Amino acid sequence: MLINSPDTVVSDALRGMAAAHPELDVDVERQVVVRRDARAGGRVGLVSGGGSGHEPLHAGFVGPGMLSAACAGAVFTSPVPDQMLHAAGAVDAGQGVLFVVKNYTGDVLNFQMAAELAEEDGLRVERVLVDDDVAVTDSLYTAGRRGTGGTLFVEKIAGAAAEEGAPLERVAALARRVNASSRSFGVALSACSTPAKGGPTFDLPDGELELGVGIHGEPGRERRAMMTSREIAEVAVAAVLDDLAETGPPAGPVLLLVNGMGATPLLELYGFHAEVAAALAARGVEVARALVGNYVTSLDMAGCSVTVCRADEELLRLWDAPVRTAALRWGC
Amino acid sequence: MRDAEFFRHWLEAAAAAVEREADRLTELDSPIGDADHGANLLRGFTAVRTALAGADPADAPGALLQLAGRTLISTVGGASGPLYGTLLRRTGKELGEASEVSDEELRAALDAGVDAVARLGGAAPGDKTMLDALVPGVAALGTSYRAAGDAAEGGALATVPILARKGRASYLGERSVGHQDPGATSAALLLGALADTAEGTA
Repeated sequence: MLINSPDTVVSDALRGMAAAHPELDVDVERQVVVRRDARAGGRVGLVSGGGSGHEPLHAGFVGPGMLSAACAGAVFTSPVPDQMLHAAGAVDAGQGVLFVVKNYTGDVLNFQMAAELAEEDGLRVERVLVDDDVAVTDSLYTAGRRGTGGTLFVEKIAGAAAEEGAPLERVAALARRVNASSRSFGVALSACSTPAKGGPTFDLPDGELELGVGIHGEPGRERRAMMTSREIAEVAVAAVLDDLAETGPPAGPVLLLVNGMGATPLLELYGFHAEVAAALAARGVEVARALVGNYVTSLDMAGCSVTVCRADEELLRLWDAPVRTAALRWGC
Repeated sequence: MRDAEFFRHWLEAAAAAVEREADRLTELDSPIGDADHGANLLRGFTAVRTALAGADPADAPGALLQLAGRTLISTVGGASGPLYGTLLRRTGKELGEASEVSDEELRAALDAGVDAVARLGGAAPGDKTMLDALVPGVAALGTSYRAAGDAAEGGALATVPILARKGRASYLGERSVGHQDPGATSAALLLGALADTAEGTA
């Protein structure tokens, strides 16, 4: 791996981010990235965060039109409440703060503690839990559906609403609506490896793939012999749409994220996107906007995920609103 | 009666046990988690040692446990930070400001601490979590500190055949069976360190 040491891998990355993005306020010691003008606009603050190793999530999405701040935990380990409190204090302009939390036990517990402490400090805090991963089927007996690719849709759309000056309750309600309208399904072609372990975190033999994988290499539904891009797209699209159908007919335009897990090149991702788009079209689903690239990654894992968000005019308008972050940038 | 010195010893012994067993905890976390339980707890307990060294010498047992709990929450991250932090903070709050506590008071305080962990994590014994070591361990405190350490160790071993229902291991479903839970294992270290401290062998 291209690192100095496992102990400094996160702070080294943040130092590099600070050097590349002078428009961001990067606190390397606290491991918190804040939009410089976060408090200037009198807006609702949007704070997210999670374990490192999923870049550009979350720090790559800090900036006008998206997150106000992001907290970076150790690799695959949630940040701590101190970081979240610091971030909330740094971005609160009196309008309150929304915590965007992926449904992993560590993230949930730490953000919960941070929210309680922030409220004791007199801050208004709302939390939205992202749990879009359809691969977790028996959620009664697990920690529940994981939060994965849908996080990007939640952060972008809630961020656009906050940028427009929407009040906290409305930003939170939009974030929850986006989450409720989003479904994801991931596929691993190789295991990820963490710097601390220095090797693969799970055993996935060559020539096999894991369907329904999470973003920490947690396994999903089943392991199979390698499939073609077209076959994988069929499985992923069917899984996502079947689940989405439970909340209503799949008609109407959708936002689509075809996401790489970090070690799959764009050549393959675009090819996969062609298959996903075809599979959606064959089911009569109109893709209004598509995003293809590495956005919610799993260190050096090869693989991909598909996220679909059922959209309406309002969500489309907020999706199209200007955004200026390290990893997502348009309209300005 | 147990004074502040006893609690310092216990926390030091726990830190030493985590240091000694960090690699094993990470190894246990590899097949069913993400291979960082040992590294995360080591980071937290190293910080606890530093915090204890800087603590007010007049601090009572309850204050020391709360300091350790706060330190774990601030440094560990993941699920282990809030859960272990809550265990020690709640136990410390129960002990109040007394400069010495009886074994019976410590047992009642730990009971409350374990309850707080169960509520925070929404878990129960049998879910393949730290509670599988903490619940039988604290229950056996009525017999002796050594019995508590042994019962916790037994509880950790008994997680091997369990299907995980909480935390990241739950996503493995059937594939979580056959692996010892790293959280239950570290919880057994904590109660083992308590037994060693009570016996004066830590």
